[in-house]
Order: sequence, then structure tokens, then C-alpha cells
Amino acid sequence: MNYDDPVPTTLTIADVERIAALAQLELTDAEKHLFTKQLADILAYAEQVQAIDTSGVPATAYVHPAQRTEREDEPRPCLPVEDAMSNAPDAASDAALFRVPRVIGG
Amino acid sequence: MNPLDTTATTLGNDIAAGRVSAVEVCRAALDRIATVNASLNAFNLVAADRAIARAQEIDRRRVAGDPSGPLAGVPIAIKDNIDVRGMLTTASSRILRDFIPPYDATVVRRLEAAGAVIVGKTNCDEFAMGSSNENSAFGPVHNPWALDRIPGGSSGGSAAAVAARCAPVALGSDTGGSIRQPAACCGVVGLKPSYGRVSRYGLLAFASSLDQIGPFGRTVADAATVLSVIAGEDPCDATTSTESVPDFSAALTGRVNDIRVGVPRAFVSEGVDDQVRRAYEAALETLRAEGATLVDIDLPHAKYAVPVYYLVCTAEASSNLARYDGVKYGYRSSAAKDSLKEMYSRTRDEGFGPEVKRRIMLGTYVLSAGYYDAFYLKALQVRTLLRRDYDQAFERADVVAMPTMPTPPFRLGEKTDDPLQMYLADVFTVSANLAGLPGVSVPCGFSNEGLPIGFQLMGRMFDEATLLRVADAYERVTEWHRKAPSL
Repeated sequence: MNYDDPVPTTLTIADVERIAALAQLELTDAEKHLFTKQLADILAYAEQVQAIDTSGVPATAYVHPAQRTEREDEPRPCLPVEDAMSNAPDAASDAALFRVPRVIGG
Repeated sequence: MNPLDTTATTLGNDIAAGRVSAVEVCRAALDRIATVNASLNAFNLVAADRAIARAQEIDRRRVAGDPSGPLAGVPIAIKDNIDVRGMLTTASSRILRDFIPPYDATVVRRLEAAGAVIVGKTNCDEFAMGSSNENSAFGPVHNPWALDRIPGGSSGGSAAAVAARCAPVALGSDTGGSIRQPAACCGVVGLKPSYGRVSRYGLLAFASSLDQIGPFGRTVADAATVLSVIAGEDPCDATTSTESVPDFSAALTGRVNDIRVGVPRAFVSEGVDDQVRRAYEAALETLRAEGATLVDIDLPHAKYAVPVYYLVCTAEASSNLARYDGVKYGYRSSAAKDSLKEMYSRTRDEGFGPEVKRRIMLGTYVLSAGYYDAFYLKALQVRTLLRRDYDQAFERADVVAMPTMPTPPFRLGEKTDDPLQMYLADVFTVSANLAGLPGVSVPCGFSNEGLPIGFQLMGRMFDEATLLRVADAYERVTEWHRKAPSL
């Protein structure tokens, strides 16, 4: 989008429900009402950044851009399967699988 | 005399010389925790048996003439968002209330290799999200200087534990001030290293481009000793720097007559409590009297650091915390047995507290279609402008000084209903994280009510040595760090 477009930050309950769905959060009605007001306040405050002239300014996602990201692809010791599964709420440990509720048609 | 009234450095020397045993020191620490923790709620977990066993091992090795390293027998408290293998690590969240890490954080491995004895895991804001320690699923930490006050956050338990003489040193994590701000509130030293100086492997991720682990101590020298142990490249964290790690303790010469201290007059001119301002001005005067030169600097974008920080950190948090879904580890809701999607959303609603949900929601919003450019990308561009401000400042100055927190520690409950007001308490600390720079908070006074006040020094990227040298020189000619809360 163009920075010159006004960004509406007056949130509605429907906006909060849409965001909650994206974030995989099932909020109670009380939480929806509270967050609608609080998030609107925070976003209204954060809108001040939109007034700053940033034309031609690169983004800093990360402060050390020249980072080595590759290494030799050599096998190394890793976490044993039983350790990796030891905290699972519903592990099928003998099959080394995590059990979850129905994925399709549920 | 409580052996914990002394510093880690002295304690380590005493243990190495056999003047006191590691077990005696460890018992003293555990006794002290047992005495004060009911008032402070600083520890989520006390690892008494494991600590005693480690201390016995240190003593055996000393008698056998096998030195165990620079922290041999020194008790240390670890923030509960840092993994210790086999030890409950909850991030003060219901969603991880039963989580037992199957591996050690790199910092933990290095501390234990240096002989440090972990006495327990400290309370914090849930997933390190907060400025008051009131967002913990296990209740707030209380400030040792005044139990009705916040200890600061998010590493409030670590700061309170060090202030209350439960351990001479502790680890915290700092994403937007979470080491420096509680250090100021509790009257101790807290250091956030440069981004990449210390491995984040085994730190539960909040905002990965900002998070950094660092030490608390009652002296700058102790913070320097711990930093020397935990710093350095780690193959398990690709964001660690290959910069060599100097002996930070050796840098503490007490000399500052070659130092130019940058003072951002315009940035600190508004919104600072009078008592904090006076303590800060007095600290500057002390440094000047010791031979440092004060130079005015300008940080024109620093006033935008809080909104930029809350746009960036929440975006990163919304992504990092997607992993808590009730499948591989952590809490799973028992309410939703029939659909995976419902299990995810119920688990996350029941498992996360209000501030974590608020930040996940805000981060999801600013990353969502239609808002990404106007909020998230814009914030990253202003982050660049802020970095440039500091680059220019460090052409004129060797360190930058400002208050750590705009007010003395406020009352528990005072800001919990207004998240935005709470965020504004971070105005002086978030810049260091956005720019990746090291920062240290040092005690510099007390309010009329006897509440600690700290001031902050920031340094050039990877120049913790100069930063710590200035902080230590200040500490040598002041007495604030010697005062103890009467618990």
C-alpha cells in the first residue's frame, strides 16, 4: 500500500475477531471488548511513525546484515527422539509420533 | 556474617583459597532464599538438591587440586525463560507450566563449566513481556526495597534475588530493557550486551532480532566476570558474533579521563521525574569530576523508539509464539477433543495470559495484509534512522548516558489497566535493543521514599569493555551499590 493512504486504526470487534482467528486465539467476549479498546489506543499512538519521512531509507530487520549463514553439511549429534518427545501432551512414543485431534472433517 | 554480602569475585577467591566451602556458600544462599522468597516471590523454583550436589563436586575438585573455573562455587540465579536441562522452565507461563527442557542453554553450559552453582529459576513477566513483573502466571515479584513496589520487568525475579542477597549474580534477558530496568528498580547493576555477543540458544524466543541474555550483579566487576564467561560465538546460534571476547574484568582500570560522555539533552528533557533527573545530573557531574568530558549529542529519532519497538517486537513475538500449540510440548486444552483447529485456539487462549495475547494480537495485526507496509515496514525504516542517530552520536562520544527509567519504581497495580502507559516506561531502554548496542544500568541514588534510581550507559557495538570501564569508574567513587534493603 501507499504510505500516503490513511490507515484506519479505529478497531471494531470484527477486526479483533479476524486477528484472533489469524493468531489461532479463541477469545472470550470480555477479552474481545477489552482488546478492541486497548489495541486501538496502542495503534493510535504508534501511528506517529507514519509522519516520519523515510523515503529511500532501507529497513533494519536485523542489526548484523553480513552474517555467515552456511556451514558444512556434516551430520552432528542431535536430540534423541525420546528426549524430543518427552514434553508432548499426547505422544505415541513407541511410534515416535505426536497425536493430535482430527485434522480433516472435524 | 552472610557470605552472600560479598561479591562473586570475592566469594570465588575465598572458595578457591579454601576460606569457605562451596557447600557452605550454597547453603547460605538456599537459607536466604527460604527466608525472603515468601515476601518477594522472586523464585519460581529452588533447585536445592541439585545445587548442593554441584557445590559438593566443586569442593571435591578443589581439594583434589583440580580448579573448576572463574566462578567456582559462586551461586547464580537463572531467569525462568532460559533452559536448564532437567529443570522446570516455565517462562512464567501457564502454557509451559510443566515444561522440562531436554537440553541446556549455551549460557548455562558455560556457567556450569566455569563452576557456577545454579540455585534456582527466577520469576519474570510471562515470556519476558512486561515492565513490572506483574504479567507472571505465578504472581508478581515484590521489590526488596519496598514490597508494594514493582521490581521492574521483565527480569524482576533476577534483579530482586541479587538485591536481596539470595545470590551475588543472576542471568536475565533483555528485549527492550528487561535487564536494565529491573536493575534500576532494585538498586543493582544490569548489563545488556551487544546483539550477537551472547548466544541465545536455549533462551525461549520473544523477539529474535532484539533478545539478548545478560548478567545482574551488585558490582560492575561481577557483571564483567559473568559476561566474560557467557560471551562468544556459538555454533548453535548463527546470530552470535565471531568478534573476539576480551577479558572484560581487565578493562576495569578506573580511568575515564579519555572518555567523552554523550548527553542527549533534548531527548531527556521531558517526562523525567524530578528525583530521577537530579540523580542523573549528579551522576554526569561525578563522571566529569573524574575526568570524563561531557558532550551534547542529538538523537532526533529516539522519541519514536517506543512505538517502533512495540511494532517490531510484537510482530516477531506473534511469529515466535506460534509454536505453542499444544502439540510438541506445553499445555494442551482438554476442552477441545474433536478438531485440531479448535484444540490450537483453546489451548492458546487458556495457556497465555492477557499481555502475551495482546502482543500476539498486535503483532498479527501489523503483519497482516494492508497494514504491513504502514506499520511493520515503516517501523523497520525508522529503526534504521535510529541506528544512524547512534552512529553519529558515537562519532562524538564514547558512551551515551541517560536515565534508565523515567520514574522510580511505581506501585504494584498502578499501571496494569493501561498497557500503553506501561509501555512508555521503556522510553530510555528500547533504543539499545533496536540498534543492537550494549547498555548497562548502574545504581545512582535513591528517591525521598528510599526507592533505588539507576542511570544507563550505552556503548558502541561490541565495545562492552569501554562501557564497563566507565560504569566501574563511576561505581568506585560512589556508595549507592553498597546499600542493602532491610528485609
